Amino acid sequence: MAEEQKVGCARPTGGLVGKPDAPQKQQEPQSTKEVRRMIQVGKPAPDFSAPAYHKGKFTSVKLSEHLGKWVVLCFYPGDFTFV
Amino acid sequence: MSVDSVFVHKMWNDNELAKMVEGGVPYPMLSDAGGKVGTAYGIYNEDAGVENRGRFIIDPDGVIQAYEVLTPPVGRHVAETIRQVQAYQLVRESKGTQATPSGWKPGKMTLKPGPDLVGRVWEVWKTSMESD
Repeated sequence: MAEEQKVGCARPTGGLVGKPDAPQKQQEPQSTKEVRRMIQVGKPAPDFSAPAYHKGKFTSVKLSEHLGKWVVLCFYPGDFTFV
Repeated sequence: MSVDSVFVHKMWNDNELAKMVEGGVPYPMLSDAGGKVGTAYGIYNEDAGVENRGRFIIDPDGVIQAYEVLTPPVGRHVAETIRQVQAYQLVRESKGTQATPSGWKPGKMTLKPGPDLVGRVWEVWKTSMESD
């Protein structure tokens, strides 16, 4: 599960978890910007690991560690705005 | 989750949100520096360098069942998210034998999809049930 992170000078970062996309064939140079994976309902959510602040501690959260539970994932433009 | 660092999350929670919610935010506040996760979910606004208001309901198998994306000026309606989670939980518990019609809330009638229901929804579901 989530481990508490030591506070250091470096800003903690996270990222996507799992295999990177397979290299695209080179035949269609015009459409290289269109090959981003599309999010679709009924399809697996991209796994990720991200630094977190939770109940007074700095931790990290990995989506796949929450399999077996319902998850609501919310993005918002920025802290100190409304959510 | 936003592009802010966990340090800013702490400041926001401790200095403002804890004044709205006793004990502060009860769930993890995630940081997505550079918008890598937001990009994968299709809600990162590259021009502004922030995440749009994306909300994803992910089931216990890790499958996205629902999402909603709003541009920054309009806020969400959390009760609607909770209603959708409750509806998906009911559908999952029924192993797909029940469905929730428009306007469904906990305790209200569900539909049992099947050959008998085809062309006969009008007999059991009225438009007034959408918003009662």
